[in-house]
Order: sequence, then structure tokens, then C-alpha cells
Amino acid sequence: MMTILGIPTQALFGQLLLGLINGAFYAMLSLGLALIFGLLNIINFSHGALYMMGAFVAWLALNFLGLGYWGALIAAPLVVAVIGIIIERTMLCRLYKLDHLYGLLLTFGLALIIEGLFREGYGVSGQPYAVPPALAGGWNLGFMFLPIYRGWVVVASLVLCLGTWYAIEKTKLGAYLRAGTENPTLVQAFGINVPLMITLTYGFGVALAAIAGVLAAPIYQVSPKMGSDLIIVVFAVVVIGGMGSIMGSILTGYMLGIVEGLTKVFYPEAASTVIFMVMVVVLLIKPAGLFGKGA
Amino acid sequence: MSNAPPPSRQTPFILALLGLGLVLPFIFYPVFLMKGLCFGLFAAAFNLLLGYVGLLSFGHAMFFGWSAYVTAFTAKEWGLTPEIAILLGVATAAVLGGVVGWLAIRRQGIYFAMITLALAQLGFFVAVQAPMTHGEDGIQGVPRGHLFGLIDLSNTMAMYYFVLAVFVLSLLFLYRVVNSPFGQVLKAIRDNEPRAISLGYEVSRYKLIAFVLSAAFAGLAGSLKSLVFQLASLADVSWHMSGEVVLMTLLGGVGTVLGPTVGAFLVVAIQDFFAGIGSWVIIIQGVIFVICVLLFRSGMIGVLAPWLKRRGITG
Repeated sequence: MMTILGIPTQALFGQLLLGLINGAFYAMLSLGLALIFGLLNIINFSHGALYMMGAFVAWLALNFLGLGYWGALIAAPLVVAVIGIIIERTMLCRLYKLDHLYGLLLTFGLALIIEGLFREGYGVSGQPYAVPPALAGGWNLGFMFLPIYRGWVVVASLVLCLGTWYAIEKTKLGAYLRAGTENPTLVQAFGINVPLMITLTYGFGVALAAIAGVLAAPIYQVSPKMGSDLIIVVFAVVVIGGMGSIMGSILTGYMLGIVEGLTKVFYPEAASTVIFMVMVVVLLIKPAGLFGKGA
Repeated sequence: MSNAPPPSRQTPFILALLGLGLVLPFIFYPVFLMKGLCFGLFAAAFNLLLGYVGLLSFGHAMFFGWSAYVTAFTAKEWGLTPEIAILLGVATAAVLGGVVGWLAIRRQGIYFAMITLALAQLGFFVAVQAPMTHGEDGIQGVPRGHLFGLIDLSNTMAMYYFVLAVFVLSLLFLYRVVNSPFGQVLKAIRDNEPRAISLGYEVSRYKLIAFVLSAAFAGLAGSLKSLVFQLASLADVSWHMSGEVVLMTLLGGVGTVLGPTVGAFLVVAIQDFFAGIGSWVIIIQGVIFVICVLLFRSGMIGVLAPWLKRRGITG
């Protein structure tokens, strides 16, 4: 068997792939957070719960409506986006003039409600969700075995992240969005409906979380806890990245997933804490985060 | 303030509360009251930061939980007397508070909240793996011991009055802190940080001292709790605990001296009352959070404050 630094290549690449996949989820979730923070100035603590909801909508759709994976990939984000829009219109919109902390506290409460409701309905043990037949099986790449579904997740996440980045940084719509974060009053004066834009951005941000949830369903178990476990790591990713830029949150997400995967190979005991340790180091060197501007 | 009430009416109010504290264990279950007092102290410590410096820490479970572990461990494994075990717990919390505070005050607002949350999660993962904490089982059967070698704390009433005494002294100390020149500087930082800087105050140092104080008192609460329940567990260091203390403070009233305790008793009562019906406790807590943020931002005591002030009860 081939080895690199005393580690079998199979294990090394296996963990690298796992890290890359975790990184794909970190990137998708921190991207949604960054979008919502950019325009609404709200740290969406319920992001993890909405990600979990996305996975559950897929599972419920399969078991009660017979709607398969591909249908769920479209339906779940729509359902979650509608719920997100209702949340934004009824609650979050009342907080924009207040301290940012209230948004964090409100969405924290929402996260408790959503997680509690799913726990009440489905217990804490996970529900299995099968890999769609079209993506079952795997390829032997010679140095490692690549399950097709995992490859698909990485590709899908890259397409989503880069697509979002392109839409925000390179299109007219994105220019409006960025202008809206700089000076909402002025943008409104140009006849652009800023409140509608804010609502739709929130809907899009949480839809990203829901898509991540559907993508995650066949890999991790569909469980009410899946969101709360992930969200704090994503917050650490956000602190490390700095949330100053869309690209920053994408790159940081992937990078930290890989760092975590490598730690699992070389020093497994530290795998669950390595991201927080990276956070400490980054804070010491660059308090604003790797891609952040200002403090 | 020109219309500040004469202190003569404040003293009877405090004495009445104290009297209530002395009598209550004959009416209510003392363990419930001790739980309320421990969490009341925890919330008061947290409120020192949020209410008087404007810093939202989402990681206070780290100080609460780790001092609970240290007290439980030293009391059980080393057989130390309760007062020494508690002091070690508080010292641990203060040191952790120094480290976390030093790192977190580099950023403000939501970033500060996220950093404290993430560092507390680091503390949680260490607790999951460290042999000292016994992972999922926690440290069970912690002996309450004899206070100063004399008073047997395994007697519930003795334990209650000990907890009450610590609680009252701590609250008086915290009250003193926020009403001292130091406390005035903290409030100045909360209200307008750039101005406090331009006045020549070393803002970071003040923030750090407040953070360490808050962590130490959160630790004191955790240490007491581990003796009361004779248990230190992962629940004490989890981020749900950090959220709960925020809820207690918010519900009772941010920036009031008594509010956090009132909030703590309410949350503990809700938990005990709904304990039998599973996840509904979390859902109800979430609903209270949402209602507090949307409609009720000054909390119970905040709403009552003008009334209390008119009667010269609080300043």
C-alpha cells in the first residue's frame, strides 16, 4: 500500500474528501449568512435550523408525497424560502433600526422553536435518506475510491457558491444589492424597492441553507440536531473569514473543511476543536478576519 | 439625579426581600429555590457585561460549566472542603475569563458574541474528551462536605442558607461595582465607546476587567450549582446553557440589578413545570425569546422600573 508521511494514501485522500465535503457545507452556509448580514445586518442564528428544515422537507416529501431527491432539491428551498420570507416580514423587519444584537437574539429564539418542534415530532435519533439512484455507486480513481454522490455535492456546492458570487459581484442586480447595503435611502430614491430586495435576499439566503440541507440528507442522518451542531462551526468560519466579502466566506469555508479533514488524519483528537484553534490564531494576528475590513 | 429617592425606602425593601429569602424554604421546595438562586447569580454576572458594558457574551456556559467541573472534581477526588473547592472553581473561571475576554474584546457587537460562542464550544469539546470530566456521565455524587469543617452542607437547609448568603453578598458586591466610579466608566463605554476613548480611558482594560469579574461570578454560580445538585455535567458547558442565561437576563430586564434573578426564577420555574413534556421546554423558551425581543425589550423589571422608581424603591 502507498503511504504519504506514514499515512496510507487511501485514508489521507478519504479524509481530504470528507474535509472538502464538510467545507462545501461550511461555504454554502457562511455564504448565506454573509448575504443576510450584508443586507439585513442580522446574524441569522436560525440558519442552522433552516438548513435542518431543508433536509427534513426532503425527507418528509419522500416519505409522505413520494417526491424524490431531484424534486426535493427544488421544493425544499422554495418551502424554506417562503417560511423565511414570512419570518422576515413579520418579525425581522421590526428590528432593523435596533442594535444588531436583537436580530441575533430573535433568530436564536426561532432556532430553539424550530429545533424543538422537529424534536417533538421526530425525536433526536436520525432518519436515513437514500442516495438517489442516479448518483449511487462510485469511481475507483486508483489512489482512492470516490462515491459519486460526494463528488456531486462538491460540484453542486461550487456551482452554487460561484453562481451567487457572480450574481452579486458582476451583475446589475448584484450592484443594486451592494448599493442597498451602502446607502438604502439613496437607492430607494432611484426607484428601487429596497424593502422587497431585502425580503427576497433573506429568502434567497435561507434557500441556500435549505439546498445545503437537501444535499446533506443522504450523507448525514436527517436529524433535528444537525443544524445546531453545524451552526457554531459556521460562526467560527465566519469569524475567521471576516464576512467582509462573498468570496472570502466561500474560500474560508472550503479551506477550513480541508484543515479539519487533515487534522483527522494526523491528530484525530484535535479534529473537533481545530477550527476554533485556527480562529484563536487568526484573531491574534488579524482581528478583522482573513478577508475582513475594519474591526 | 435630582429626584433620586431617599435611601430610607430602599433599605426596607432590601430587608423585606432578605426576609423573604429566609422564609421561602419553609414554603417552597428548597432545591428549587437553590437552583433559582444559582441561576440568578449566573444571570446577574452575565448582566454585568450585557447591561453595563453592552457586551453580549454567548459563551458564559464555559465559565459556569468549567468551574462546576473543577469544584466537583476537587471536592470529590481530592476531598477538599467546599469553600476551597469553590474558590478553585472561581479561580478557574477567572483565568478562562481572562483568556476569552482578551481574545474577544478585539472585536465588537455580533462578532464579539460569535467569538465567545465559538470559544465556549472549544471548551465544550475539551470537556467531551478530557478524562477529568467523565464525558457524557459527568462528575456524579459530588460530596457537599462540611463548610469550614463545621457546617454539614448535606443538610438541605444549611446548604440553602449558605447559597442564599453567597448570593446576597455577590449581588451586593455587583451592585457596588456598577455604582462605583469604575461602573460609571463601564456605562460610559456602553453608551459611547469613542467618547470614552477620547476622554482618555483605556477602554480595553476596563472591558477586560469587567469580563473577568463577570466570568468569576458566573463561575461562582457554577461551583455552587455543582454542590447543590452534586453533579457537574456536559449540560453545564453546552451552548444551550449560554443561551439560557441570555434568556433569563432578557426576560428579567437587561441592566437592572434584580431583573436577571427574577428572569432566572421564571425560567427555572418554566423548566420544572414543563419538565415532563420533553421538547416543549425548548419551544417555550424560544417563544419567550421571540416575544421578549419583539415586544418586551426592557424585560419584567424594566417594565416595572418606572413604578418602582416612583415609590422610591430602586434608584
